[in-house]
Amino acid sequence: MTVSTATPEPTATPLPAGSPALSVSPALSVNHVSKVFDVSAPWLNRVIERRPKLFVEAVSDISFTVEKGTCFSIVGESGCGKSTVARLVTGLYATSSGDISFGTGETGRPIKVQMIFQDPHSSLNPRWRVGDIIAEPIREMKLRDSEKETLDRVRELLETVGLGADDALKYPHEFSGGQRQRISIARALASEPELLVCDEPTSALDVSVQAQILNLMRRLQDELGLTYLFISHDLSVVRHMSTHIAVMYLGRIVEQAPVEALFTNPQHPYSKLLLATIPDIENPKRRVEAQAGEPPSPLNPPSGCAFHPRCPVAVAQCSAVAPDLFQTASSGMVACHLVERA
Amino acid sequence: MMVQPIPVPEQESDTTPALDVQGLSVEFPTRRGVLTAIDEVSMQIAPGEILGVVGESGAGKSITGLAVLGLLEHPGRIAKGAIHVGGRRVDTLTEAELTKVRGREMGAIFQDPLTALNPLFTVGKQLVETIRLHNDMTRPQANERALELLRSVGIPAPEERLRQYPHQFSGGMRQRVVIALALAAGPRLIIADEPTTALDVSIQAQITALLRKLCDETGVGIMLVTHDMGVIAETADRVCVMYSGRVVESGPVNDVIHNPQHPYTKGLMAAIPSLHDRVEVLSQIDGSMPRLNARPSGCAFHPRCPQAGPKCSVENPALKVVDTTSAACWLQQGGTR
Repeated sequence: MTVSTATPEPTATPLPAGSPALSVSPALSVNHVSKVFDVSAPWLNRVIERRPKLFVEAVSDISFTVEKGTCFSIVGESGCGKSTVARLVTGLYATSSGDISFGTGETGRPIKVQMIFQDPHSSLNPRWRVGDIIAEPIREMKLRDSEKETLDRVRELLETVGLGADDALKYPHEFSGGQRQRISIARALASEPELLVCDEPTSALDVSVQAQILNLMRRLQDELGLTYLFISHDLSVVRHMSTHIAVMYLGRIVEQAPVEALFTNPQHPYSKLLLATIPDIENPKRRVEAQAGEPPSPLNPPSGCAFHPRCPVAVAQCSAVAPDLFQTASSGMVACHLVERA
Repeated sequence: MMVQPIPVPEQESDTTPALDVQGLSVEFPTRRGVLTAIDEVSMQIAPGEILGVVGESGAGKSITGLAVLGLLEHPGRIAKGAIHVGGRRVDTLTEAELTKVRGREMGAIFQDPLTALNPLFTVGKQLVETIRLHNDMTRPQANERALELLRSVGIPAPEERLRQYPHQFSGGMRQRVVIALALAAGPRLIIADEPTTALDVSIQAQITALLRKLCDETGVGIMLVTHDMGVIAETADRVCVMYSGRVVESGPVNDVIHNPQHPYTKGLMAAIPSLHDRVEVLSQIDGSMPRLNARPSGCAFHPRCPQAGPKCSVENPALKVVDTTSAACWLQQGGTR
């Protein structure tokens, strides 16, 4: 490894969550958004085998708002629809119903959104030089007048994310996973976005490199006033990054709360299960019997509350009626029949 | 769920380690010279013990597992050292002899349970085939044993499941089938290479609990290769931390996690975000692991080590016992000067 990145992370002062100066209008509001995918067999197979059309509701009727300058995280197991939410927000998928609206940015226009993808190996074009990868959004959106200014901006972006200016001439394969993720962050920042959608940005990275990227993202948030929509399955990462957390299960938000409230006092049985099963390094619970059951298929979701077949406290009502998300006595929202309404 | 212990084959003595690796080096000759993927690695697993092998990608943890199984891909070769599985030396065996040992004496569980199973045959057929290959059993006997195995790994309704194909199983259930296959011949050692990485957290907890239970009941030794310290903390008895093809620290899991000796282990533990309290800035190890063709002289960690001294770049420290754990660091062996 010849390229070494010594990244001095300046001591950052924390941004107070939802400070009055920032929370004028939310950066992002998602209202009753659903996304239905058509997963039917090909036309000919349907006719010959007389199979009906098949739909999956990947995201069903979810609503949340993200305040400016905060980090809103969505957690859940694979197949719960969290990545679909990220793609809906960035417009990579069209919504089936509901609406997504952005707040006004500093210039008075709607705030700009960019996305950081999970796999830094497949999200960078291997045939382009790093400089061109980062310059593409600048050139495409005509953010700089001359080529010289564009190259200056690329250099500045590379330094912002802790790489050297001469790295612009290299190809992505010359970098390690963590450095590639820095390149994708630089590319995302090139179009001067105010909201970054991060879809599992560190799950392809090793722990020591993950810490570098998380520190970088926190520093950028403080310096550039960024808002994050953070998608992850790793609860310890989410706890480190976010101000608010939404827990998703089978396409629905089952609980939504400020980070401390969710970790110290989870309300929904699924949030409790998640917190109970994550491996804990400090106090391992190795002799505890693991809870049985697996997430059901989204093709054939259970009736009522989707969690009821695995829920240890389910009652008859749970299999009949799906609970809606309501405000709890504490600061969060939860969708469970057994939690008392405020 | 019904739980039945799997009968353990008669063993001469219980004290023979399930796995004994001494000074193992693995090389990959390439056009640009010989790359040493693993450099003088030694480890032991007692029967009924789970040894966690942890490290970042490229640290050589999977290669160690593959070398033990005799599955190194060409041009990889064992350059030095000896591997004993249940007292029998396996690294000098021919391919034909290895085929007999593999599966009977040692089983393997890999990361992706879908690619480990043949999609064209029912789970029952695959299990019966494996059982009959290693044991002298009639088909009905093997069938009975397959049912028993499926029950012991916690698969509900095993009679029906035997007739199903792998695609009809969920990820967690498929991994249970792979574990049943690995156990089919009653091996002394199981190499589990990232067995829970492809699974969700709640399923991961079920699988690690199952591995622990099987370990206690059958006395099989398990080498658990993973990058996830959390899984190690919850499952393993002892742990080996690998860095750039070498073991830098090893010891009982609690001591290594709560009182790490090597600066790399310390950095690694501090870099993991805590579930209990929130810090503003995570402590990070700058840089990344060296590539095999550019391993630094002396201790491979010295360019990233905050406490490195002049000696570190010259001489590679050997693994020395410090209290309950062993660490390969000059800090514990008379200073870095």
